[in-house]
Amino acid sequence: MSTQIHPVASLLAAIARGITGVQVQWAGCEPSQRQRIYFANHSSHLDFVVLWSALPAEIRARTRPIAAKDYWEQSALRRYLAAKVFHAVLLERGAVAKAQHPEEAHFVGRHLMDQMADALGNENSLILFPEGTRGTGEKIAPFRSGLYHLALRRPDVQLVPAYLENLNRILPKGEFVPVPMLSLLTFGKPLQVEPDEQKDLFLERAREAVAGLRRIGSA
Amino acid sequence: MFQALHDPKLVWLYGGVLSLLVVSTLIGQALKVRRTTDASRSTIDNLNARIRAWWKMCAIFAIAIMVGRVGALVLFGLISFLAMREYMTLVPTRRGDHRTLFWSFFVIMPLQYYLIGIQWYGFFAIMIPVLAFVFVPTSIAIAGDTEHFLERAAKIQFGIMVCAYCLSHAPALLLLKIPGFEGHDARLLLYLVIVDQMSDVLQYVWGKLIGRHKIAWRVSPNKTWEGFVGGVASATALGTALWWATPFTPLQSAGMSLMICLLGFAGGLVMSAIKRDIGIKDFGVVIEGHGGILDRIDSLCFAAPIFFHLIRYYFVP
Repeated sequence: MSTQIHPVASLLAAIARGITGVQVQWAGCEPSQRQRIYFANHSSHLDFVVLWSALPAEIRARTRPIAAKDYWEQSALRRYLAAKVFHAVLLERGAVAKAQHPEEAHFVGRHLMDQMADALGNENSLILFPEGTRGTGEKIAPFRSGLYHLALRRPDVQLVPAYLENLNRILPKGEFVPVPMLSLLTFGKPLQVEPDEQKDLFLERAREAVAGLRRIGSA
Repeated sequence: MFQALHDPKLVWLYGGVLSLLVVSTLIGQALKVRRTTDASRSTIDNLNARIRAWWKMCAIFAIAIMVGRVGALVLFGLISFLAMREYMTLVPTRRGDHRTLFWSFFVIMPLQYYLIGIQWYGFFAIMIPVLAFVFVPTSIAIAGDTEHFLERAAKIQFGIMVCAYCLSHAPALLLLKIPGFEGHDARLLLYLVIVDQMSDVLQYVWGKLIGRHKIAWRVSPNKTWEGFVGGVASATALGTALWWATPFTPLQSAGMSLMICLLGFAGGLVMSAIKRDIGIKDFGVVIEGHGGILDRIDSLCFAAPIFFHLIRYYFVP
């Protein structure tokens, strides 16, 4: 993949930063060139652009989003944004659940992992929203298992949790006009899968790592 | 453009503010050299940071006024926008308020400043208290979420009133046609801002120097009777001494200044109460780096509309 940032991507990032006035805090780690998977809560269309724009330019050029194929292939504009502008990795949502028998599910799941691992390659980083879909912003939904499998497959890649605050109020699901409130983005401490850690336990731990970064309105 | 500089009295006001900045910078630096304990060090660093911020704020304000009416409108429109952004971020709103908030930011607030721009006083005066007042609850009701309905509607209405309506009366001073004072209305705006902000500053200074007895410790632990009396008295004296820049006699100027100081105090107290209610110390602290515009202008929000209407009632035929 090219390490050039598409000009439209830079423009959209600047607009998103202007609307959200986002303040970025690296609470658990520093920006780094090393390969990482940034995973965050998902409540708005702005989530990816804001998170991406918060990374230093040289890191941004090599960081790609994981996105839902069904959504981003619906129109020419979406296809253009996903493929050309942000170099998104498009995955089929719910493909494993749709599979007829366990073998097919296993095969489909493997294929998804292959796609993500390919996208990582030797130098890229990924942005992943493990809830799989946008929520209301009040609670973080249980994580899908992709993060776990990818972490097992690539133990050398750092898993960095991030919390995006208030974006559900700026541009909630189903709205197309934003309200310019202020938002916060906090990067947390990288975590890894412990030896013999079970899938569900790890996913819950990862979810709590994201939730623990919440700063406003947390009780 | 820049015709403001042809007004010698306005230049005197600018000069006064500039010398005040220079003197306070010198005092701040002198204190920095003399500081001894760690506690005094943090107070003095904070003081010097405030003085630096004042340089920037005065520069921006001076340039806006020099540009003329449009400059003042753009500046105050921007301040309104940033203040309302802080307010709405920290006041709990729900999903059903989204469209209402969008209208508040992008239609109601710009319209308010536009109405000043085209000098349509009648509409300017009623647009928010009447039309927006009706619009806000209606549009929330249409969105269909009735949970905490009254609270949400009231909080949004209050935000629009304080951040857009009240504050817009400061640049609206430029609309007033006072006989014998034509073309000098920029001085009135400057007078209001100087007395109001100096009242804040002097209350802080007097409070730090001799403050003992808290006024409302539950609401605002830093407000003391000594700071209040000293600050209001000295800012009123300052305002009285600036009578030559206004259409007022010295006595009228004293009355106006006293009114500005008292309302400024009221504005600060009310916004402090709101902050305690939400559970934060400063509007700017939760969102680091965003300065807390609302903390700076809370006193102006209450003083501006009443100053405007007093002048309109007594000085505009």
